[in-house]
Amino acid sequence: MIRMHPPNVWRAMARPGYLLSAWPWRSAGYLLTGVVTGVVVLVGIVTSAAAGAVLAPALVGLPLLLGTALAGIPVAALERLRLRLVDPGPAPDPHESPGEPGLRAWLSTRLRERATWREFGHALLFAGVLWPVDALALAFFLLGPSTVVATPLVVATAGEAKVLKVWLVSGWPAAFGFAVLGLALLVLGAYLLGVAAGARAGLARLLVASREADLGARVAELARSRVRLVDAFEAERRRIERDLHDGAQQRLVALTMTLGLARLDAPPGPLADQLDKAHAQAGTALAELRELIHGIHPRVLADYGLEAAVADAADRSAVPVDVGLELPGRLPQAVEAAAYFVVCEALANVGRHSGASRAEVSGGHRDGRLVLRIRDDGCGGARAGEGSGLTGLADRVSVLDGRLSLSSPPGGPTLLCVEIPCDPAS
Amino acid sequence: MTLRVDRPLRVVLAEDSVLLRDGLVGLLGRCGHEVVAAVGDAEALVTAVGEHDPDVVVTDVRMPPGFQDEGLHAAVRLRGERPALPVLVLSQYVQRRYAAELLDSGDGTGVGYLLKDRVGQVEEFIEALGEVADGGTVVDPEVVRQLLRRRRDPLERLTPREREVLALIAEGRSNSSIARELVVSEAAVGKHVSGILTKLDLPPADGTHRRVLAVLAYLRA
Repeated sequence: MIRMHPPNVWRAMARPGYLLSAWPWRSAGYLLTGVVTGVVVLVGIVTSAAAGAVLAPALVGLPLLLGTALAGIPVAALERLRLRLVDPGPAPDPHESPGEPGLRAWLSTRLRERATWREFGHALLFAGVLWPVDALALAFFLLGPSTVVATPLVVATAGEAKVLKVWLVSGWPAAFGFAVLGLALLVLGAYLLGVAAGARAGLARLLVASREADLGARVAELARSRVRLVDAFEAERRRIERDLHDGAQQRLVALTMTLGLARLDAPPGPLADQLDKAHAQAGTALAELRELIHGIHPRVLADYGLEAAVADAADRSAVPVDVGLELPGRLPQAVEAAAYFVVCEALANVGRHSGASRAEVSGGHRDGRLVLRIRDDGCGGARAGEGSGLTGLADRVSVLDGRLSLSSPPGGPTLLCVEIPCDPAS
Repeated sequence: MTLRVDRPLRVVLAEDSVLLRDGLVGLLGRCGHEVVAAVGDAEALVTAVGEHDPDVVVTDVRMPPGFQDEGLHAAVRLRGERPALPVLVLSQYVQRRYAAELLDSGDGTGVGYLLKDRVGQVEEFIEALGEVADGGTVVDPEVVRQLLRRRRDPLERLTPREREVLALIAEGRSNSSIARELVVSEAAVGKHVSGILTKLDLPPADGTHRRVLAVLAYLRA
């Protein structure tokens, strides 16, 4: 997915034309409002904390202290607004909405949230450190160079000027020289302002903007791409099955037919024997190919659906299997395929490991879910861990928002249960 | 060459793979049969049967346009229209479900269901074709093998109504007679009968009527 990045001060500085754009002004505005806000926050926090502490014994102070702790929330909200000046990308509110209305619910939600305390930290940092830094940046990168540029003006009105309170200037050439130097400093300052504002905004974003929203969007996209991947995988299996069926299988049948005829025509002797052998080998190849194709994607599943395909899998099982499966009709292809392969894998495991004498596949479609249970009377102890085909199948089921659960205590019985939400296909 | 048959048959062949169709036409011709029409899809099969009124139909299961089980459905449909028409269905793989559907069409006689592989066993294939044309029933050994793997005690699985019907079959009653006796429609009886045959895992042996086998299962139980 290509993501369009909204412009921000960093990207603006990387481009020509930064000096003539609004970005230096936006940076200055961001830092200036930062200073103002910071001072207000400092005064507010100190006052309410002090008042709260003093009044705490009288109990009225406690709500004040609580209010102080929650002060980070409005400060952060304001900071998210200010961010738009230099970094207009989305800065989502990190707070959850309280489950129910009322002050109590709101308070208990906020006090339990990590974001609240992160924002409180931000407010303290803002009041103690950040706004003075903003002020210094403004002084050095904007005010200082500006006064240097204004040297000729000062000379014109006062007769002489003390540039940056260091150099005394009274002559015009020197005054204009300083003005030119001031302009150069102003240009440099514009970039440094951008850097200061950008860095400051980056820090603020880290502290007050939700990171989960971004993460959530990525998770959603990943989930969608996983579904697409499984669909593509399934379509590919069907294509391979069709290609093998229409190609290799037909040719092999034709080959056995030709060999069969040739064998009849050949006079008894070594040639007939060789033809016999070739005919038998072609027949074996054909049988193997048929099994292979069946394993890739069985026709009965495509043609008749899950119920018939499960009955077919039960027929093929080495262990006798009782099938009690009733479905309202066809289900979505992906669901049928996933459920079918779970049943096949489970029955294969029953045959291989369980020592069971009997297995049972039961289930149906209830309350918008397909539910299948595969039970055997074997020795149990099955695990869905490493190397088990069940792990891959569990992934496949989870793509469909389904669940696969295995219960297999030592001594048995083993019960595998798969649930997939779905509606009957129309 | 021992392959020539005593009774030449007029065959309508449906097979979408040109390679196999040509091969089968050649094979049947070699044996003395006449392929009166060789078509590539199910619609053409139905048309060709109407046109040529053949002795026997040989059809693939999977054909255009859907490449699913069009051939099988065409065969079932043809037998619905002409119950006496012998049909031999070839399939790349065997499914009990397909076999059941086919054997339940008409009265279960004059049908065959074989793996396509068997055409390579030329003599057996030609023999099976003759059997089907004579009204016999031929089921692929692979289907039988699948059926035998299923659990036993078959009568346990019959509903009380199905057991009643089976008992009447054992008396040699026809479907219409059973319908009258039980005061149900003949279609309902047909449904019970196919239910019984399916539940009893009855692969009719060559030339033996399935109802007889059902009765045997009933008597042995």
